[in-house]
Amino acid sequence: MSDLIQIAQDTILAPVGLIETDLDRMLGELTGSAIDAADIYFQSSRLESWVLEDGIIKEGSYNIEQGAGIRAISGDKTGFAYSDELQLPTLLEAAKAARAITRSGAERSVQITGLPTPRQLYAPINPLPSLTETDKVDLLRRVDAEARKQDPRVKQVIVSLVGAQDVVLVAAIDGTLNADVRPLVRLNVHVIAEQNGRREQGSSGGGARKAFDFFLQEERALGYAREAVRQALVNLDAIEAPAGTMPVVLGPGWPGVLLHEAVGHGLEGDFNRKGTSAFSGRLGEQVASSCCTVVDDGTLPGRRGSLNVDDEGTESQCTVLIENGILKGYMQDKHNARLMKVDSTGNGRRESYAHLPMPRMTNTYMLAGETEPDEIIATVDKGLYAVNFGGGQVDITSGQFVFSASEAYLIENGKVTRPVKGATLIGNGPETMTKVSMVGNDLKLDAGVGVCGKEGQSVPVGVGQPTLKIDELTVGGTGQ
Amino acid sequence: MINMQQRQAQLEQLVDDLLSEAKRQGATAAEAGVSSDSGLSLTVRLGATETIEHTRDNGLGVTVYFGQRKGSASTSDFSPQAIRETVEAACNFARYTSEDPCAGLADAGLMATELPNLDLYHPWDLAVDEAIELATRCETAARDEDERIFNSEGATLISHSGLHVYGNTHGFIGGYPSSRHSLSCAVVGKEGDSMQRDYWYTLSRLSGEMELPELVGKVAAQRTVSRLGSRRVTTQQAPVIFQADVAVGLLRSFIGAIRGSALYRKASFLLDSLDDQIFPGFVNIHEEPHLLRGLASAAYDNEGVATTQRDYISDGILQSYVLDSYAARKLGMQTTGNAGGVRNLRINSGALDLQGLLKKMDSGLLVTELMGQGLNMVTGDYSRGAAGFWVENGEIQYPVEEITIAGNLREMFMGLQEVGTDVETRSSVQTGSWLIDRMMIAGG
Repeated sequence: MSDLIQIAQDTILAPVGLIETDLDRMLGELTGSAIDAADIYFQSSRLESWVLEDGIIKEGSYNIEQGAGIRAISGDKTGFAYSDELQLPTLLEAAKAARAITRSGAERSVQITGLPTPRQLYAPINPLPSLTETDKVDLLRRVDAEARKQDPRVKQVIVSLVGAQDVVLVAAIDGTLNADVRPLVRLNVHVIAEQNGRREQGSSGGGARKAFDFFLQEERALGYAREAVRQALVNLDAIEAPAGTMPVVLGPGWPGVLLHEAVGHGLEGDFNRKGTSAFSGRLGEQVASSCCTVVDDGTLPGRRGSLNVDDEGTESQCTVLIENGILKGYMQDKHNARLMKVDSTGNGRRESYAHLPMPRMTNTYMLAGETEPDEIIATVDKGLYAVNFGGGQVDITSGQFVFSASEAYLIENGKVTRPVKGATLIGNGPETMTKVSMVGNDLKLDAGVGVCGKEGQSVPVGVGQPTLKIDELTVGGTGQ
Repeated sequence: MINMQQRQAQLEQLVDDLLSEAKRQGATAAEAGVSSDSGLSLTVRLGATETIEHTRDNGLGVTVYFGQRKGSASTSDFSPQAIRETVEAACNFARYTSEDPCAGLADAGLMATELPNLDLYHPWDLAVDEAIELATRCETAARDEDERIFNSEGATLISHSGLHVYGNTHGFIGGYPSSRHSLSCAVVGKEGDSMQRDYWYTLSRLSGEMELPELVGKVAAQRTVSRLGSRRVTTQQAPVIFQADVAVGLLRSFIGAIRGSALYRKASFLLDSLDDQIFPGFVNIHEEPHLLRGLASAAYDNEGVATTQRDYISDGILQSYVLDSYAARKLGMQTTGNAGGVRNLRINSGALDLQGLLKKMDSGLLVTELMGQGLNMVTGDYSRGAAGFWVENGEIQYPVEEITIAGNLREMFMGLQEVGTDVETRSSVQTGSWLIDRMMIAGG
């Protein structure tokens, strides 16, 4: 039995007096001739957050949650019930409710086997006590001071620090017994700068599946403060963004939100099983220019989107989505994989025990090309260079996607010139990817702040890319 | 099976226990909220049941004050031990947060003293089989509506009932049950290379006030089919109509800009705008928190302060901000009883329905969907992805997609020409469609 399973059993089951044979009994309740799959997902999570505003530590809060979600699947029907009371009678009742999706069924015994999880992409720690309260407060104050000392035009600084630990244990009637202990920390800085009555904002931050001292190393937290101020000051000088279709060069790192929206969601297994994605039925086809290779990789050590095992107990992996422009694969959870007769790719994720798992991204990025970033910019006569973004959104059926630039510049005659105001960029996923004409040699992953929303469920993700050029994309500015 | 009165008494006891425990641990003041919600959510897709979810959510949260220092904690565990530990966690945080002169409960004199029954609780005694039948009728109507509908994301029925109780150490305690039922449907259509999806839904506190399942399905299908063959328009400036369901977002952005938390952080484009002309003179925006069966009705806000009717805009002029007690103290003002947001907001309509607005616009863009979060609240700069229809001579010509619309909210508000009579009623913020004089459209 692996350490993670032991930790999960000690954290979740032991305090409420549940033992492994109780799991067998609950799974037995979920078996029957018409049941194709069933699982129980136990979760215990604690989250702490701090907010500094107006130079004072304004808020500190703590949340603790635990519960179990029970799912039974028959064909493409899913029955689901959950409870925040971890008592055997309540859980058996939830199992009955979940199984009611099918009318038939007879109990049989299930033997679960704990497969060792050899990989440890992150230490199974609780990050909350990794710094003392005094040190956390001190960190927030230093970040605030760092931002304010950058420039007298900085008028407001908000710093937030969040730490969480998620312990999960999954048992399924296919014999799966697996667990994960997931630390996650995040620090964000938001500033407002003012000049001659004009106010603009900038924000920066980062995070990882690590302890809080991540922010102390390499002056990371202070770096976020400087970066947020830099962005706000750039925006103070921004002119109207152009409107219309033009060449767009995207910077490395966080602009990889392009890939998350333009191709990522459209390659999730559920949409493709149902045939509702613009990429449905297109495996083996050219869906991007030949310079594009895009992967979803849950195995990067310590990264925000990484998982030792997904929320169905499947080990995460690196899945090639697009290779040299050819569509290679979809991201799958167990349910959609079974119905599509393929294997799960370890992308079965859920926000919590109270939500059903579905195929979700982990860390999605494009591999590096060979061109120097400067050479890419030099090829553009008139266009946009966008380096920072807010969120994005996609309509997977039509393929329309948007993402909103928060720091962008004009490119004029092959040179980056004036900063422009934030603007939304819109395109059609499969079309836009065929217009990627140059890929830089500077692959970078984001700093660890991504949150992805799908059907009301939020999960942490990562994105990344090298500098790349899209020959034509529509830029939603107000300028002519 | 226990009834709602008994359950409410239990939750009130929990709040009382939380407040007593907070005082026992040395807090000078405290407030606590407890909620308990249960429901059924199911989806029928392509005529077969796809998911049945039984939901049951509990939550409790406590905030303690040690003088001017504050700490909070929350959990889903209602056991006595969890209560003790949750209060302890909150108290621990209050040792490290700063003295904040604006922190604390709302003033005792502002607590709601009358708690009228606002008729928010209409549980739906719905068997799973009946729910499946309603969702099936809805999806079938959508799939039968047009032969170009070839696929479906299904029809989803959700029925929830819940209880929420709030109390604080001023002695205020209030609680009420509420219900919420919805039926939605999303289908996919195809014509040539064009594939589109769209949806429709009905939502009410009372199942009898929901639209018929067949109507919801039919509208979902019509909306989907009407988007097939969408194309782009050229980059240009033009008048824009925001259809009522997307105009709701503009009204919410207005509220976001006059919310206290945005104002004291200087993170709003409507800073220092009280008594200023924000909209044209024909515009009035009013809040009615005590509406019977209203989607956001409540007799008291999230701090126990009595809610009242309020005008935010009269004759185009800003009359009031949206404040809780913290933001009010930061701004040197009085809370408006809006901790937790606005409750049933309405902008007055003119005389024209959507057809009338199209005629009045003559030529321009009708926006039926917006994408992305392209709004900068600090500057009011607005740039979002859009889909809808191109209009000429007051008539819809063809569907449009892959374009953006951009402007600045301050100018867009002043450029409002007319509000339609086609009021969106499925939202706590209600408006008809908006005709705005001019925006930048970026396309091909």
